[in-house]
Amino acid sequence: MVKRNAAIGMVLFIVYLVLYGGFVFLNAFSAETMESTPLWGINLAVLYGFGLIIAAFILALLYGALCRGSDDAADTNDALSGNEEGQS
Amino acid sequence: MIYEASTLAVIVFFAFVGLTLGISFYLGRKAKSSQGYFAAHGQIPWFVNGVAFAGDYLSAASFLGICGMIAFRGYDGFLYSIGFLAGWIVALFIVAEPMKRLGKFTFADALDAKFNSRGIKVAAGISTLAVSVFYLIPQMVGAGVLVTPLLGFPHWAGVLLVGITVITIVVTAGMVSTTWVQFLKGSLLVIFAAVLTIMILNRGFEVTEGGADGHAFGSLGPMTAADIEQEAAKAGYTLVQPEGSWEDQPFIHLKNNETGRVSVWSKWTGSAEGSSEQSSATVTLLEAQTLTKTPDGKRLVNGQPQGKKRGEPDLHPVGHISKLPDGQQKTGPLGPATFFSTLQDSEVVLWEKTKKPVEEADGSTTTVFYQKPTPGSQVLRPGEDPRFRGVRSDKLVDKFNFLSLMLALFCGTASLPHILIRYYTVKDTAAARKSTIVGIASIGFFYVLTLYLGLGAMTSGSMDLTNSNMAAPLLARSMGEWLFAIISAIAFTTVLGTVSGLILASAGAVAHDLLGSGLGMKLSDHEEVRVAKIASVVVGAIAIALGILFEGFNVGYLVGWAFSVAASANLPALVMILFWKGVTRQGVIAAIVVGMISSLGWILLSGDTYTKVYGLPASDSLVPFSQPGIVTIPLGFATLIVVSLMTRKSTTQQA
Repeated sequence: MVKRNAAIGMVLFIVYLVLYGGFVFLNAFSAETMESTPLWGINLAVLYGFGLIIAAFILALLYGALCRGSDDAADTNDALSGNEEGQS
Repeated sequence: MIYEASTLAVIVFFAFVGLTLGISFYLGRKAKSSQGYFAAHGQIPWFVNGVAFAGDYLSAASFLGICGMIAFRGYDGFLYSIGFLAGWIVALFIVAEPMKRLGKFTFADALDAKFNSRGIKVAAGISTLAVSVFYLIPQMVGAGVLVTPLLGFPHWAGVLLVGITVITIVVTAGMVSTTWVQFLKGSLLVIFAAVLTIMILNRGFEVTEGGADGHAFGSLGPMTAADIEQEAAKAGYTLVQPEGSWEDQPFIHLKNNETGRVSVWSKWTGSAEGSSEQSSATVTLLEAQTLTKTPDGKRLVNGQPQGKKRGEPDLHPVGHISKLPDGQQKTGPLGPATFFSTLQDSEVVLWEKTKKPVEEADGSTTTVFYQKPTPGSQVLRPGEDPRFRGVRSDKLVDKFNFLSLMLALFCGTASLPHILIRYYTVKDTAAARKSTIVGIASIGFFYVLTLYLGLGAMTSGSMDLTNSNMAAPLLARSMGEWLFAIISAIAFTTVLGTVSGLILASAGAVAHDLLGSGLGMKLSDHEEVRVAKIASVVVGAIAIALGILFEGFNVGYLVGWAFSVAASANLPALVMILFWKGVTRQGVIAAIVVGMISSLGWILLSGDTYTKVYGLPASDSLVPFSQPGIVTIPLGFATLIVVSLMTRKSTTQQA
């Protein structure tokens, strides 16, 4: 369970990293592109910015839906090895 | 600007703060053990904890700093919103569950779970302290900012008030009450930000000639430069030759023939800075505002002594729209999308100020604030703020400041001690996960609103030229006294909450990591709580002092620095422990120490600190750009890997 959740987290993290990286690099290296107004007369800077916030929310929900259960129902403060006891 | 207390605001404000303290005392009675004091017995429901995340995170910086930055510069402040939220993705996907599994009370516990080393505890404890204190500065500055317009107190009194209230909360209560108070404030802040946004959309945009006090800023021209004297005479002004150091300034002095008063005007050539269509053939004279400080401590505004009450001479509030699309005068209510598309085709009057005050022969210094009419399309694009102007430069090094900040914001959230300790207040990893999702939802929603709030403030005609942090409360006041009182009270208690979270994190670091584990002092449960409370008072006192010192800074910018330090010192150790088996004890300690010292050192040597703290020219600074993250975060990782490899080899050789 621990490994499964960590793997899902990693994949979703990379998805977001690509989106965020795209935003940052577009801003840094092609600031003019951000001024174009592709939709509803709103510029790309605003659209992409809002898009990133919404994407974060959707990915978070997705993660919540895909991950299952709790792997440490009991108090396991010192469990580093990731032993998969307490699966539910 | 002059701020006069309003009775209504004061009553609402104290009712709110009183309620908060009441809840704190009531809940605090239950938390006697260290488990209760630091981690609320791990019994906070996940939804409450999630909203409390928002309460912790949506601090003075988010609310005041970001709104202020957007109100004065446009889109650039929103970059902080985006970066702050992106950091939560790291927190949720990478850090949340392992943190919950490994730790007990503090961040150091989690790092040290594998090694049980005194050195790691001490290093992590010190870095927690450093980050917390850095993060406390903007919160305290924000507190002072809120109290000034609300209660008419000076800045230092506001900081002191917050400091004392927070110390009381922390000492009496601990994590249970802090969490519930944060829950309350987090939800109220998001709700009232939404109310304010709806009011902004309903108000729409209107073309005016000045701010909310009804003063119309004068404008002469357009005309050719040779005609200035003639045109001024027609409008009833006499051209006055500038004297002394004013000769080098690009401003025009005009004497009003009726009142005899001399005013300062700027020359506007009709196109924005850096625009290709520079037409210097014609100029328009635009009325500027001046703030003079005399050697004997008096303040003159626009040449007259500044008053103390409303109606007496003061800097005029600013922030107006000078053109709407299709020559409209007023738009009426706007939708969430038409708000942007309308602004895109409008023209907003932003204000610049002289980089250095003009020094006169008698020792007085004058700051000139002058108008800069800016097309909406530029207001809504990145790179208008001087600190971000690098993205429009052709040189690669100019872009690093921006890249570095965005990296630090991305990595910083998951390394903030007061956010990390919130993972110990819930029951298990599933609850940690769920509360993070709730946190992301409420924080994300709020950050979407910041762009509306900031742009609404920009066009509200009520901005204070001398303080960008005041934008959000002043926007609320332009909507009505009630809303102003409520928003200020919420924002103020939000500061209280964030500060108490930070002080609690520091106190935990001192009692649990430094004294308990580091110095090997055997503290009983009860003693540990007592030491933590004493530490809270000390850290609180330091925070009060720093909050008074750093008055003039934009709080959002200060938070950016705190994120850089947190990300550089804490993130490499945290991530590598989770993902690499080769980590050694020495590697962790080295990474924390190197990350912390290099990022702090970089900030202290940066151009921004040179100009704003030491008063030295930015060109003298020893580092090429102000934001350290892009160098110091990788440096932290590299240190950890190199030291780990070296120390691992030596142990195998010995064995």
